[in-house]
Amino acid sequence: MSETAAALSRVKPRAGSVAAHTLLVAAALVLAGPFVWEFLTSFKSLTEVAQVPPTILPQEWLGSNYTAVFQALPFGIMFFNTTVNALARTGAQLLLCSMAAFGFARINFPGRKILFALFLSVLLVPSQLLVIPQYEIIQSLGMLNRLPALFLPGMFSAFGTFLLRQFFLSLPAELEEAARLDGANPWRIYWSIMLPLARPGLMALGILTLLWSWNDLLWPLIVTTDTRKTTLSVGLASLQGQYATNYPVLMAGSLIATLPVIIAFILMQKQVIEGIAFTGSKA
Amino acid sequence: MHGTTEQTGVLQRTGAGQVAEVRRRRPGRFRRQNLLWALLFIGPTAVGLAVFYIWPALRTFYFSFTTWGAFGNYEWSGLANYQELLKDSEVRTAFVNTFWFTILGLLGIPISLVLAAMLSRRGRKGVSAYRTLMFLPVVTMPAAVAIIWRWLYSGDYGIINFLLAKIGIQGTYWLSNPQTALPAVAAVGIWSTIGYNMVILMAGLQAIPGFYYEAAALDGAGPVRQFLSVTIPLLSPTLFFVTVLSVIGSLQTFDLVYVMIGRTNPALPQTRTVVYLFYQKAFIENDRGYAAAIAFALLVVIIIVTAFQFRLQRRWVHYE
Repeated sequence: MSETAAALSRVKPRAGSVAAHTLLVAAALVLAGPFVWEFLTSFKSLTEVAQVPPTILPQEWLGSNYTAVFQALPFGIMFFNTTVNALARTGAQLLLCSMAAFGFARINFPGRKILFALFLSVLLVPSQLLVIPQYEIIQSLGMLNRLPALFLPGMFSAFGTFLLRQFFLSLPAELEEAARLDGANPWRIYWSIMLPLARPGLMALGILTLLWSWNDLLWPLIVTTDTRKTTLSVGLASLQGQYATNYPVLMAGSLIATLPVIIAFILMQKQVIEGIAFTGSKA
Repeated sequence: MHGTTEQTGVLQRTGAGQVAEVRRRRPGRFRRQNLLWALLFIGPTAVGLAVFYIWPALRTFYFSFTTWGAFGNYEWSGLANYQELLKDSEVRTAFVNTFWFTILGLLGIPISLVLAAMLSRRGRKGVSAYRTLMFLPVVTMPAAVAIIWRWLYSGDYGIINFLLAKIGIQGTYWLSNPQTALPAVAAVGIWSTIGYNMVILMAGLQAIPGFYYEAAALDGAGPVRQFLSVTIPLLSPTLFFVTVLSVIGSLQTFDLVYVMIGRTNPALPQTRTVVYLFYQKAFIENDRGYAAAIAFALLVVIIIVTAFQFRLQRRWVHYE
């Protein structure tokens, strides 16, 4: 950024700065403001949100909307399901994708190109094309409405393999030479040398997978009909069915469902943003 | 770009000299050993992808030539689904709606670009705070985003209509008015991807060497001119990437419509996307053969549109 920006700032005088900040603040307000409104609404009463003009701060900070959410739906269990789903998918992908990526990047075997092309072709297929037979598989395994149904297909990823393969290829081969000379086998090289080096790549994949699995709607909607077996995304959709226009309760539910991700993001924003930018440059 | 020579990988694992020797003596054993290692590393993912991705894709393709009965039974019906699809006005409308979502979705890219350029300027204060706030919509689950925006858009007590009334504009029931529902949902789609595109574009901006700007400045180019003649061309590969992703994503719009536009909403026909229709046919009406045909039609559209973009990129994308 430095040189580019240096040149830019040399050209444009300070006067533009105020205008720029005005615009940036306006944009930030539009992009983040709805969350503030969500937060404030979740503490108001139903009669208060129907007032014109609307109040900004709640007249009285009510917790009852939050208890209503937990009464309407087993939100605690959904929370658990969502967490298990996200962690299982992410953990499995980090391990399996990095293994496959290492295989493609560092082992020379007959048919490697063809197999890799097959992996790449999976990348192009949109998920809707897969869900009917995926549903059938889950059904035939007797796993509908069971926790593993949520994460089973999502444990495997062509995208993750591709992303990490690119990363492994960018690491110089000399790094493993010493280990090879010491007679380390490929597993050791993968586990003790490559994985630690691949941290930025793993981080990026992990963050993306966590986010994606936490937020996913279509798949859990299909394989779970029981509210005690489903995720927060589906829970929110059905909360809306029950509380069609009771916005304080809906805001409370939305806030609970998204808060963990938002907190995690704020705590790890540097890694998240670098991870996203990383996939942008690699993919 | 990535050398293929160093990828002989495991072949060299006991040191280059020794391996060459081993190879000369017993090539067969070595290949077999590599194959075993490859099996160990790639096998699990290969099996998983085969079972959960490749086989399902083929099976959906097969289903698209079948007609389903009420009890999950199905029989071969040749091209019947595809013929039906071409005549079906519901399908046509869904594709038209999806097309509009895609076009409107692209409007987010110039917004992201302007924000990215502003935040990339040297000496800009508060970059990290702005970036965090602007990225919040990206990490929020679409189901929650949809619910929050239903509240903002609410016809009677929504904050948007209240603010509009303050400047003398009469709002409407944004999400149930057939004329406004699609743009209203598309706006939320844009809102939730601006931060993502912005972060990718900022990374692209960082990679532009400063001397291009110096040269342009020496030639007397002002900031706008520099933006158009230096930033845009040099950023074009990133812009292309962001555009392709945006189009592919918009063509598969589902979550926002599903949550924001309920099944009884009068504006559903004007907002129903292809994936929504697919979901409805496959899992509500259990008309899976027809749904499979819809999914394949969408795949064809995605491939054509993406191929078209790759063709078009020669006109405007500059690789160094």
